[in-house]
Amino acid sequence: MSDLDDLYQEVILDHNKSPRNFRPMADANRKAEGYNPLCGDHVTVFIQLEDGVIRDISFQGSGCAISKASASLMTAALKGQTEAAAHALFEDVHQMLTGGTEEDAPARVGKLAILAGVNKFPARVKCASLAWHTLNAALKGSGETATTELEN
Amino acid sequence: MKARPTRANSRTIPHFDVARVREDFPILDQKVRGKPLVYLDNGATSQKPRSVIEALNRYYAEENSNIHRGVHYLSERATAAYEEARAKIRAFINAGSDREIVLVRGTTEAINLVAHSYGRTFLKPGDEIVISAMEHHSNIVPWQMLCEQMGTRLRVIPINHDGEIVLDEYRRLLNDRTKFVSVTHVSNALGTIVPVRRMVALAHELGIPVLLDGAQAVPHLRVDVRDLGCDFYAFSGHKMFGPTGVGVLYGREELLEKMPPYQGGGDMISLVTFEKTHYNVLPYKFEAGTPHIAGGIGLGAAIDYLQKLDWQGLAAHENAVLKYATESLAEIGGLKIIGTAREKAGVLSFAFDHIHAHDVGTILDQEGVAVRSGHHCAMPVMQRFGVPATTRASFALYNTREEVDVLVRAIHRALKVFD
Repeated sequence: MSDLDDLYQEVILDHNKSPRNFRPMADANRKAEGYNPLCGDHVTVFIQLEDGVIRDISFQGSGCAISKASASLMTAALKGQTEAAAHALFEDVHQMLTGGTEEDAPARVGKLAILAGVNKFPARVKCASLAWHTLNAALKGSGETATTELEN
Repeated sequence: MKARPTRANSRTIPHFDVARVREDFPILDQKVRGKPLVYLDNGATSQKPRSVIEALNRYYAEENSNIHRGVHYLSERATAAYEEARAKIRAFINAGSDREIVLVRGTTEAINLVAHSYGRTFLKPGDEIVISAMEHHSNIVPWQMLCEQMGTRLRVIPINHDGEIVLDEYRRLLNDRTKFVSVTHVSNALGTIVPVRRMVALAHELGIPVLLDGAQAVPHLRVDVRDLGCDFYAFSGHKMFGPTGVGVLYGREELLEKMPPYQGGGDMISLVTFEKTHYNVLPYKFEAGTPHIAGGIGLGAAIDYLQKLDWQGLAAHENAVLKYATESLAEIGGLKIIGTAREKAGVLSFAFDHIHAHDVGTILDQEGVAVRSGHHCAMPVMQRFGVPATTRASFALYNTREEVDVLVRAIHRALKVFD
C-alpha cells in the first residue's frame, strides 16, 4: 500500500463523508474550540460529562478529511468512556500520530490505529491532532481555546 | 506599466526561452517523491537562479566583512557590493535616489516600519487608514496594531465577486479623516492586479499618502514607483528570485526625512545600534544593526538576472501559462476558481465543495506538484468567498504548459481518491 493509500483509507474517507456525532450539543457541560492557525481549520468539541463519564460527545467545525475523520473517530471511541480513559487514549493517540508505525500503536487505540498513516505526513499530523487537543481543553473545562501550536 | 529601459551593457535574451531559463534554476531539475518537481508555490517563495546562489557563495567565500565601518580591504569591498545592490534596486523600480531605498527583512518589516514610524508620528485619534479586503495579513495587522495604540480607525475597501477592488466604494471611503492608504499591488490569494496608479491619484487629490504592497507584483510586472506615484512601495527579495531575509522599503525622500527611526524612539536597543550621525542620513537611519549583507548582494544579483530577460517575452509567456492553467482547471468538474479578475498575475486559487484544500495539497505533493493549501495569510479573503481554504497554484517565469498538464492530472487523482 502506498503512503497515500495508507493515509486515505476507506474508513477515513467514510468518516470524512459521513462524520459521526457531527452536531452541536445544547446541553453540553464541557465545550472547547480548537484552531489550527497555520491553516484556519477549526473544531468545537461538545461533551456531556456526568460523574466522570462521557455520556455524550459531539463536534462541529471545518477542516480537511484527516481532521474531520480524526474528530469523528474520536467521538465514536469516547462515548461512554471515563474521563481517565479519555486522557489515556489522548496520550496513546498522540504517541501514535507523532511517533511509531501502526504496528507500534498501543493496542488500546483500537479502530483509531487507522490514523497511524498520518505520521508519514509530518505536515498533516496537526490536522489529526486538532480534535484531540480540543478534547483535552474541553475536559479541563478551563474555557481555553486549544491550538495545535502548543505541540511540537 | 511603463517599460523600464534595459541597461545598455546587459545581454538581452530575445523571445523569452523558458527551457533556457529553467536551466538557470538548479533546484528545478530534480525528482520529489519519485516524480519530476513541478514547483507551483512561487507566491510563497520563488526559486533562485544559479547567479544568485553564486553571489551568496562568493560573498561568504571572498568578501565577508561588516559594512560601513571597517577601513580594511574586505570591509570596503563588502560595503561597495552592498551599496551597488542598493543602486540596482533603485534602478529596478526607477526610484529617484538611493536614499529612498531602505533595506529591510522583507515586505512585512517594510510595512511595519511605515506603520510604526509614519503612523505613530503623523496619525491622530479619529484618523482613518484605508486598506482593501484582499490584503495579506502583513498589510492588515500592523495597521490594526497602530489603531489600537493611536485610536485611529481602519476602513476596508470591499471587493467584488471576481476579487476586484470596487473603485466607487474606494472613492466613497476617502474623506478628510483619511490619513493613509495601504493596498496591495497584486493579491497573493487571488492574483488580482489592483489599479494602484488610479488609486494613488485619487488619494493624492486629497493629499493622502499611499503605500503599495508589491510583494507579489515585482516578480511579474515592471514596477516604476515614480510612474505609479506612490509614496511607499514594499517588497521582498525572496519572491523575486532573491534570498530570504531581505526586502525593500521604497519611500519618497521627503517623507522618509520627516519620519523618526523605526528602531528608535527612546528604545535602549536603538541607542546601542544607532549612532547619532545615522539619524540624519537616509537610508541608514532606518537600517539599525548589521544588515543581511549577503542577502542584499544576492538581491542585487537577482535584479541583474531579471534585467537581462526580455520582459515583453516574459510577460507574454507568463500570461499564456496562466491563461492555459485557468482554462484547463475550469474544465474540471466541481472545481471553483477563486479570483477571476480581468487583470491577474501569477496566481490560480481554487476550491472544491467536497475536498478540502489540505487533502488536495497532500495528493498533489505525491505527484511532485508543490502548491500552497490554506488561507494564504489572507483569512478575510477566504471569508469573503465563503471557503475555509483554497489550493493555490502560483506561477513564475520558469513554469510551463507541460507543468500545468501535470497539475491537472494530479487534481484528477485527488478527485479519484475522494470519488
